[in-house]
Amino acid sequence: MNDLLRLITLQDATTRTVLLGAGLLGLAAGVVGTFAVLRRRALVGDAMAHAALPGVCLAYFVVGERSFGAFLLGALIAGLLGAWCIVLIRAHTRIKEDAAIGIVLASFFGLGIALSRIIQNRPSGNRAGLDTFIFGKAAGMTSADTRLIGITAVTIVALTYLLAREFGLLCFDRAFSASIGRRVILLDLILMTLIGVCVVIGLPAVGVVMTAALLIIPAAAARFWTDRLWVMILLGGLFGSLSGLLGVGVSALAPRLAAGPVVVLVAAGIFVVSLITAPTRGLLPASVRRWRLRRRIILQNLLRAMHEANERGEVEVTEAALAAKRAWTTDQLASVLARAARSGLVVHGPMGWRLTPRGVVEAAAVVRTHRLWELYLIEHAAIAPDHVDRDADQLEHILPPDVLARLEEQLAMRERLPPSPHAIPVYEGSAAHG
Amino acid sequence: MIEGDAGKDGVAVEVHDVTVAYHRRPVLWDVDVLIPRGRLVAVVGPNGAGKSTLLKAILGLVPLASGRVEIFGHNLRGARGLLGYVPQRESVDWDFPVSAADVVLMGRYGRLGWIRRPGPEDRAAAETALRKVGMIEFARRQISQLSGGQQQRVFLARALAQDAALYLMDEPFAGVDASTERAIVDVLREMRAAGKTVVAVHHDLQTVPEYFDHVVMLNMRLVAAGPVADVFTRENLLKTYGGRLTMLEAAAEAVRAGA
Repeated sequence: MNDLLRLITLQDATTRTVLLGAGLLGLAAGVVGTFAVLRRRALVGDAMAHAALPGVCLAYFVVGERSFGAFLLGALIAGLLGAWCIVLIRAHTRIKEDAAIGIVLASFFGLGIALSRIIQNRPSGNRAGLDTFIFGKAAGMTSADTRLIGITAVTIVALTYLLAREFGLLCFDRAFSASIGRRVILLDLILMTLIGVCVVIGLPAVGVVMTAALLIIPAAAARFWTDRLWVMILLGGLFGSLSGLLGVGVSALAPRLAAGPVVVLVAAGIFVVSLITAPTRGLLPASVRRWRLRRRIILQNLLRAMHEANERGEVEVTEAALAAKRAWTTDQLASVLARAARSGLVVHGPMGWRLTPRGVVEAAAVVRTHRLWELYLIEHAAIAPDHVDRDADQLEHILPPDVLARLEEQLAMRERLPPSPHAIPVYEGSAAHG
Repeated sequence: MIEGDAGKDGVAVEVHDVTVAYHRRPVLWDVDVLIPRGRLVAVVGPNGAGKSTLLKAILGLVPLASGRVEIFGHNLRGARGLLGYVPQRESVDWDFPVSAADVVLMGRYGRLGWIRRPGPEDRAAAETALRKVGMIEFARRQISQLSGGQQQRVFLARALAQDAALYLMDEPFAGVDASTERAIVDVLREMRAAGKTVVAVHHDLQTVPEYFDHVVMLNMRLVAAGPVADVFTRENLLKTYGGRLTMLEAAAEAVRAGA
């Protein structure tokens, strides 16, 4: 409990530095990750993380002791080498990218594990701290280590911000970018390097196995909330730093818990919440929208059926007659009638259901829109489907006035035009009956 | 192939002896063509005839195995700012998180450089371009919410925002509705009236005489090029589309086997 208090109040200088570092790391990963995801380089990021491990081990062989800077440099070189191998395999063989990624990821990682065992079997090997690189351990980092990570993360964010527009164009339309004279290979290389650096500074805290998750998951979660690139970058950064802060914070409280898994679990939690609840692209709002639309269409179908019965001179309609009109189950029909009755659109009379005065107006509007729309699709759709929003209820707000006037005239001639709910001049002149 | 009516001054593009190969397989062979300035030029030919590759060769997007390209008498580096490009619509991810206005604004990046942000005049140019293609009401829409024809108009607006002298368009009419087709034709004619040159890969042979002044008929080699009235003949069409699987394929196989 005391530990928790110390953590929350940030009394401990080391904890403060580690948390700040983790937050900045997450920010960088979320921001760069946005472009990794949009450029479809997410898995290459994962491969780079795994490929970095032998680099850390070789750095230990060269330096001979635990040296954070040397480890990171070794990791970066090995990671970029791994990415380069993927590019080479893809360019010069018939092997596809996914297989190339698998080959490089597994081979480099296997080599890394083998090298780390050799180091750990040496007398001084335990002090190398290589294990922290595999699963990540924030508690093992010194303030100096964290400062290096923080500064690098800030640099990554700044560079990505400066180049965000170019990266965006590269991801969206590489050929166009090249056509205006951009050196797209250089841009790709810079982006790949930023991803690589981001992965490498994530290794000590999050570990080889899970660093890529910090790159991919926050950015993918951000996509659910927005259709704007800049918002996606911001949200990706926010989700990333939340994951980093919470994950490393928990791991600092419980030192036996590696930071990597906790960071990834927090990110995954954010992702699941986004997937389900995000208003733009989330699953729940989408199914609510579908459900509402279905309810509206069923109600409109009921009103249309009643209106058509009225046109035939039947004022009251039995449920059996309504059921025969459409593929309604008894339950569906009962529920939509109950709903319409609650809204004051229909009432039950002696012979069956009838439209209330308000129901008559509403039904006329629905039928009118429906018939105009039907006629429009038949007569004009080949000319101007682009100017039509099929979801809209009010045709007069979508169709050009002259087209609407012509359609109304045609319908009126066939005596099939119900009155407009808000009488518009064109209609007044062309048809006078209900 | 030399145009009768085009002296050196009236030439927008000179493609000289260009060969392009992908993975050692040639897709354009010894193509020699002059594109006259201020004309609407169709590039026609069967699938795999190298139509897109010809555009990309002019834009410097593919390495030339041999030959050279001159644009208004300059090499590519000198002519970069004069070029506008409309790639195939299918070549990009339309689920990308940008709006129609954002895409059109990309047409201004060429003059902005890597770091400088678009200014008010760039936004104004993008707005004018969107207005010209009748898409101003859709400016804030995310691009996946646009129909195919609307997406094609957005691509055209981006090219307009480039304010280039020579436009290279890869199938601008592919998969668009009738109203978009008419809107595009109107914009192309406006461009011609303003002295711009447009080279467009085109699939609908029937509309070639109506929409275009010149035609380049391609089937890995240049079959014919010139004013539509002179070269768009049944004989040339047969040469372009008829004997596709015979000589050239065999020759290509032989080169590949020998390499």
